[in-house]
Amino acid sequence: MQSIGEAFRLAFTLVVTGEADLYEIVALSLQVSLSATLLACLVGLPIGALVAVSRFRGRGLVLVVMNALMGLPPVVVGLLVYLYLSRSGPLGFLGLLYTPGAMILAQTILIVPIVAALSRQVLEDLHAEYAEQFRSLCLSRWQSVTTLLWDGRYALLTVGLAGFGRAVAEVGAVIIVGGNIDHATRVMTTAIALETSKGDLPLALALGIVLLVLALGVNAGVQSLRMSAARHAMVGASHV
Amino acid sequence: MSDLQMTDVVPLVPRARTGVGHVAPLLPLEVSGLRLDVGGAALLDGVDLTLAPGGCTVIMGPNGAGKSILLKLLHGLLAPSSGSVSWNALPATQATARQALVFQKPVLLRRSVAANMDFVLKARGADRGRRDALLEDVGLAHKARQPARLLSGGEAQRLALARALATDPEVLFLDEPTASLDPASVLVIERIVGEACARGTRIVFVTHDIGQARRIADEVVFLHRGRVAEHSRATDFFPEPRSQAARDYLAGKIIV
Repeated sequence: MQSIGEAFRLAFTLVVTGEADLYEIVALSLQVSLSATLLACLVGLPIGALVAVSRFRGRGLVLVVMNALMGLPPVVVGLLVYLYLSRSGPLGFLGLLYTPGAMILAQTILIVPIVAALSRQVLEDLHAEYAEQFRSLCLSRWQSVTTLLWDGRYALLTVGLAGFGRAVAEVGAVIIVGGNIDHATRVMTTAIALETSKGDLPLALALGIVLLVLALGVNAGVQSLRMSAARHAMVGASHV
Repeated sequence: MSDLQMTDVVPLVPRARTGVGHVAPLLPLEVSGLRLDVGGAALLDGVDLTLAPGGCTVIMGPNGAGKSILLKLLHGLLAPSSGSVSWNALPATQATARQALVFQKPVLLRRSVAANMDFVLKARGADRGRRDALLEDVGLAHKARQPARLLSGGEAQRLALARALATDPEVLFLDEPTASLDPASVLVIERIVGEACARGTRIVFVTHDIGQARRIADEVVFLHRGRVAEHSRATDFFPEPRSQAARDYLAGKIIV
């Protein structure tokens, strides 16, 4: 309990004194996780929407796989990305290993299934409401998908937040492909892991507190943006 | 909406559409032995029906008679278990694209009133310059920038109707569009539908409201237990219905 109190004091001190190393780690954490979230949304949302509006043989199996992939073990993803990006791997020529690019790639792979599966559920509910109207208007599948994505945009912000939450809290994949190199690939979670292994628990806890505040801040920011936009547009509250 | 001459096929006012050129007309509609089974129950049980161009057909019948199901089958939203729907022998998808359906509960996008109109006009490749005139026509021009989902029930239905008319349909289906609306809103809807009918749009209107049916119908299709119990001119149907079910229905008796 003493170390928890000390951790709070240390976290406060780190933030208030403007520790340069801390800000560098925070900035890289945000850069990596927000980039991964954006990429995962670009890939995952259309997949989710496409599955939401499509009926095909084996769809049930696809849903099971999509849902199962939400629980992808980060270390396995990290290992696979490592194998692909290592010098002898098929993507070794890119020279991405132990760079933030590799960390973004690993986190993107981790959260694409989350974004796809959750958006599929959200958009399928919306599609149930719109489907007959779409068919009456003879909309193409692409028109249906883009309409659903636009009309479901406020609910999809929550999906993006879920992906960000997974990315920013993840340590297994980024430590494998990033290597936790100081001033290069060290992010909040890998720094916490390092300080814990060194036995500096108060500092590890302090970093954990900063990470929590960071995640809370991003969530609060997006939530307030979503609510004010929804109030402005007065769109269906049940889907906000 | 127009006076009829009854024959086997009820001949109604010909559609006064210009610019259709060589495009084959959508009507007449020939429905033969239409049946829809769901979970072992026949929701429609062998419907035979013919609709000629022009005018307003009102579909009536008690709850569960199959009115909405029939509308969706005619519009191509549902596939029948057996039987056929033939729009002048045109392919089903081509026929659906030349029709519009107004649902009992308006399905409005989470956008402004104007954006709802733009969406349909764009989807159908229609002239978006018509938007304001259409909104003016249904009395919603002053609400163009408001979120559509904040409209009252009557306004929402008027928007749905304007959106349907924006596609310039040759056939307009309406599935109880005035259910739960106040009398003023009902009259507005009826006026707009009447004007569309006068312009040559074929109207197929489902309603429970006998008074409304009297006001707008050129002909009546009375459904009972998934079958067409009667298909007559309105001028014949209301004073002297041929079927017992229709007689009981018009007399206000409970029929199932």
